[in-house]
Amino acid sequence: MTATNVPLPAFGPPVATERITPRHRRRLRVPRLARRLIGIAVVLAIWQLLSSTGRLPQTIVGSPLAVWDQGMTLIGNGELGSAIAASLQRVGVGLLIGGVAGIVLALISGLSRVGEDIIDAPVQMLRTVPFVGIIPLLIIWLGVGETPKVVLIALGVMFPLYINMSAGIRAVDPQLIEAGRTMGLGRLGVIWHVILPSALPQLLVGLRFALGLAWLALIFAEQISATNGLGYLMESAQELLQSNTIVVCLVVYALLGLAADAIVRGLERLLLSWRPRMAGDA
Amino acid sequence: MPEMSTRATDAVAAPPEHATGQVPAAGPGLAASITGLRRAFGGRTVIDDLSLSIPSGEFVALLGASGCGKSTLLRILAGLDTDIEGDVTVARRRAVAFQAPRLLPWKRVWRNVVLGVPKAGRAQADAVLTEVGLGERASAWPVTLSGGEAQRASLARALIRQPDLLLLDEPFGALDALTRLKAQELVGELWRRHAPAVLLVTHDVDEAVRLADRVVVMKNGRIEHDIRIGLDRPRDVGDPGYAPLRGQLLQWLGVH
Repeated sequence: MTATNVPLPAFGPPVATERITPRHRRRLRVPRLARRLIGIAVVLAIWQLLSSTGRLPQTIVGSPLAVWDQGMTLIGNGELGSAIAASLQRVGVGLLIGGVAGIVLALISGLSRVGEDIIDAPVQMLRTVPFVGIIPLLIIWLGVGETPKVVLIALGVMFPLYINMSAGIRAVDPQLIEAGRTMGLGRLGVIWHVILPSALPQLLVGLRFALGLAWLALIFAEQISATNGLGYLMESAQELLQSNTIVVCLVVYALLGLAADAIVRGLERLLLSWRPRMAGDA
Repeated sequence: MPEMSTRATDAVAAPPEHATGQVPAAGPGLAASITGLRRAFGGRTVIDDLSLSIPSGEFVALLGASGCGKSTLLRILAGLDTDIEGDVTVARRRAVAFQAPRLLPWKRVWRNVVLGVPKAGRAQADAVLTEVGLGERASAWPVTLSGGEAQRASLARALIRQPDLLLLDEPFGALDALTRLKAQELVGELWRRHAPAVLLVTHDVDEAVRLADRVVVMKNGRIEHDIRIGLDRPRDVGDPGYAPLRGQLLQWLGVH
């Protein structure tokens, strides 16, 4: 016998009711990417319109089409390619050095009490100094060659990685460490199987910050009398009043930043596939 | 019954002036032996001169009001808490299942199972997971398991270690009533098949009577009552011996 066969009382006390109406989904769904591109297209169209009608003089900045032409020229003569290569190399080396330094320091400070006492206080103190503020010192110490540029980027990268990684290590669930120990894991086993994977999400957050700061540091670094790179290209364009070249470089910076973000997102998808899907992932 | 003479035992923080003969020879035949155990947190003594022996293969349920120190005792036997005084000797091959399954979320279920077991691979993991009825979920991520499934994975993780002593810390506490009954049945079955000594920490009198050979009641930091459950297995609430035992245990726990 099913519950619906139980006879209901003829009537109960009166109750105010309302009907729950099913939500109607919108019929037309424009893909997210298309919606985003529409916004960009509108901005470009307005810019082009202002340029063609003369409201935006060439001396301030050229039209989008003129900037595009300038970009094509710079690509054609190889200037842009070699500038990007030089800049990427700087960021790469700086990222590697700063990344290793930040992560190693975070490991020492996160995994041992003595290490924490010795390392954490000075690093937290140095962190409060805006790192571009030490450019004059870097020039006095290291000259104007490649070294101060790489060091500046490494410094910019080191702090966010250190802070996030050590916070991630400290946030590990002690219950999981205990479980690891009861399963016979030694100290290294616990670090490898429990602590590091647990800190990984936070490390990737740090990496995202670090990449953002790396580009910022690059721009500053390449203004220390560089002879190649995107910053140098912008400097020389400024002297020749070629605002279009500067805009091309800014666009390249933006695209490189987007690419870096995409790389981190890819890493997150790859390394954190064990996490429940987060809202807004679609 | 498994052989009893070859069981390896560990001393957990035995004091240096350990005098042989003063304590029961823990080793052959005993999966755990505790004498004069004391554990204090700050000034508060939680375990005070406690003694308990668990013969190999015996299923012991440890009952007690919450906060009486029963989980502390289990943690000491697991080797997780060594701030102790007294003699504690436990089987070297031991495994723990906690109230929360404590699976590592970044390892697939089968990798959680083989973690820390040298030379164990997918095949061994699949075998124990099948035994707990989780063979299909070997490659799943722990977050996708239900509460009962996660607890079974945690049992498989204990089982693969072929423990001589299985420590269960309220492993069914967080499960819903139906899942709990199934999990209890599973533990009983695994115990019959593999015959480890079991120490089950619980506050559920029915669970203790259903599963254990022997129920010990902890109070004031020591074992106050120790009773053998002589009922035939499989046990039935309808057994005439059941209600008196239940009543007795509840009375010892201060419930009338």
